[in-house]
Amino acid sequence: MSFKRPLSRHERAIIVTGILCIVLTLVLMQLWLLTATMNAWLGGDESIVWPAAAASTGCFLLISGLLWHLIRLD
Amino acid sequence: MIKKAFAMDIQHDPELHTVPPDRGAMDQQPKWRRDFPIDAVQDAYVARRDFTKYLGLTSLAFVVGQFWIALQSRWRRARGRAPIVAIGKLVDLPVGEAVSFHYPTESDPALLIRQDETTLLAYSNQCTHLQCPVLPEFDSGRLHCPCHRGYFDMQTGRPLAGPPRRALPRITLKVQDGTIYATGFEKERA
Repeated sequence: MSFKRPLSRHERAIIVTGILCIVLTLVLMQLWLLTATMNAWLGGDESIVWPAAAASTGCFLLISGLLWHLIRLD
Repeated sequence: MIKKAFAMDIQHDPELHTVPPDRGAMDQQPKWRRDFPIDAVQDAYVARRDFTKYLGLTSLAFVVGQFWIALQSRWRRARGRAPIVAIGKLVDLPVGEAVSFHYPTESDPALLIRQDETTLLAYSNQCTHLQCPVLPEFDSGRLHCPCHRGYFDMQTGRPLAGPPRRALPRITLKVQDGTIYATGFEKERA
């Protein structure tokens, strides 16, 4: 019989803080990516537009996965 | 017996304790805080969890922004090449003078410059900082944006000083039978 101990409040707080740090880093990367893409696009360089959209989507999927874990914590 | 065990549980289980914001003992807190206790640990947990969830929405907004740029780029390409537009007669533009025109649409101001007998230059007349019109300074060979003291090289359109970081879009020109035509935009130079 397997027994899974529920996480204590302190442990959950540590996990939430960890997830918050990773998500914040990813969101800041997305912000930088958006401003860099906008700058390049306004300057006439369109080659970076679709790869940047794909990278931003990748960040969003990672964040979604982390949020899924976060919601499961409760 | 059960009641006593439960009371012991409350005493020893930190999960069931309300921790005040200053982490002090509850009986040392002011009466108003004892009447309306805030569990600081739970409060921090909920605040961080909700902030993280909002960051998820922010991330989604950035993705929407990226795809908006990508779709705008596709539409720009779908519109095709810029039109060929007659600007005016070459003889009407003396050396060391500039004239305003609109290209590629009536809402896009542009500037045609005759630097010397053989050099014609044309740029979008919107500063790449905040879209103020730029003024040619023939003596120094620069284009000056008076709004925030931005300067561009007249020969290349590259930013020289001030807040602009991108070059002015350069319009390609053609002279045929004494008439100057705008034929498109040059790709940005590295």
